[in-house]
Amino acid sequence: MVHQYKNNGYNMVLDVESGSVHVVDDLTYDVIALFENNSLEEVQSQLGQYESKDVKEAYEEVAELKDMGVLFSEDDYEDYICEFKKRPTVVKALCLHIAHDCNLACRYCFAEEGEYQGDRSLMSAEIGKKALDFLIANSGNRCNLEVDFFGGEPLMNFDVVKEIVAYGRSLEEEHNKNFRFTLTTNGMLLNDDIMEFANKEMDNVVLSVDGRKEVHDYMRPTPNGKGSYDIIIDKFKKFAEQRHQEKYYVRGTFTHHNLDFSQDVFHLADEGFKQISVEPVVGPDAEEYTIKEADLPQVMEEYDKLASEMVKRNNEGKGFTFFHFMIDLTGGPCVAKRLSGCGSGTEYLAVTPWGDLYPCHQFVGEDEFLMGNVNDGIKKDDIVSEFKATSVYSREACRDCFARFYCSGGCSANSYKLNGTINGTYDIGCQLERKRVECALMIKAAQMTEKESSNEE
Amino acid sequence: MKHIKTLTNKTLKSTVKKGGCGECQTSCQSACKTSCTVGNQVCENNK
Repeated sequence: MVHQYKNNGYNMVLDVESGSVHVVDDLTYDVIALFENNSLEEVQSQLGQYESKDVKEAYEEVAELKDMGVLFSEDDYEDYICEFKKRPTVVKALCLHIAHDCNLACRYCFAEEGEYQGDRSLMSAEIGKKALDFLIANSGNRCNLEVDFFGGEPLMNFDVVKEIVAYGRSLEEEHNKNFRFTLTTNGMLLNDDIMEFANKEMDNVVLSVDGRKEVHDYMRPTPNGKGSYDIIIDKFKKFAEQRHQEKYYVRGTFTHHNLDFSQDVFHLADEGFKQISVEPVVGPDAEEYTIKEADLPQVMEEYDKLASEMVKRNNEGKGFTFFHFMIDLTGGPCVAKRLSGCGSGTEYLAVTPWGDLYPCHQFVGEDEFLMGNVNDGIKKDDIVSEFKATSVYSREACRDCFARFYCSGGCSANSYKLNGTINGTYDIGCQLERKRVECALMIKAAQMTEKESSNEE
Repeated sequence: MKHIKTLTNKTLKSTVKKGGCGECQTSCQSACKTSCTVGNQVCENNK
């Protein structure tokens, strides 16, 4: 399957199944659109606006790439993925809900101010340690184990975070494991001691900030209705610098209220942040803040604006990373990873403050997805099986989608919340994902062109 | 080639044989937590 599109002056051609990406001239772009169903003579007659010899030349180049397996390649992965999914399940990542409590009252919070359809609660060190024991016991021979401190707001229970980290470190050598801890925080309680600890122990930190002050303050107020931007922004800047502008993300959410979100990304870049993620809100359709179908043209335009500005800033030596535009064309993940789904309910589980296990953080509080707990392990194997069976091939809408090698079939939780099944897709999310892949590939093309022209100089 | 510039010739098909070791990051542990993003993740075998 070939996906071709024009973006920012580039004629882009993605060979979906091989992952190869080509930039072509106008003539070849037109030839590729006709190539599969037409002979050379037919293509020449349909493209009368070009010289026949030029059409022949382009046609032959396309044929050569096809022979090389980097254009018009076939999807022959389905049996492989189905077999791959049958392998024994191991758990390699936990999302620890350290605190079902929060010191902000964000309007779009899927955790309902940290409560997740339950009561406010903090995880004890004992439960946290048992969660790590559970992880090690169920991780087979996987060496790298990930543990995210999540909430609510995890810094409301920071002493327990420290204790769990120390416990994890004490287990590594004996079990031949390497814990990669991460922390997601709104920054309200962040201080020098916490930063020092996190710089030593946290593989990644995710710092929640939505962008421009007015945007952030509207969606992320304190419980008494005041803005939180001024409380967190300088701390985040300091934190990012201490981490040498690596291994962190400032992470924002855009909503129906800031459809011009490229301005929020640029704001964060102008404030000096180099690792930026600003992502579309996901929520019930009825909520006024969600992205509506009618918003999509503007959102698409914003992604284009963002991508072309990123190319410009990169050429000026002022580049930054935008999480959703990151694509590694040469060292990225294998096909098994790309097509077998996100790992929720199998490799990745969420742990509540009282030790219950759920398929992921977004399912916490949904009673039918309660899988077991850290004391007794997984009790509902049918839930594991249900999640294990999800992949790109289990979702009908993915089969013809060019972006399926980049999103792995999308988010099961989004699907469940919108369709009542984990095996569906979230159409607005899919449309945005496709746009982001297009932009990301264009940026790669622009970088290659820039590199070539600077080599020529 | 005169008409085509190829950004990457590496085909995903070559990852079938040795892929699937599972040592890489879980997608939601990166930054997203609300979407599924795997195309940007690093293969631990290529490090």
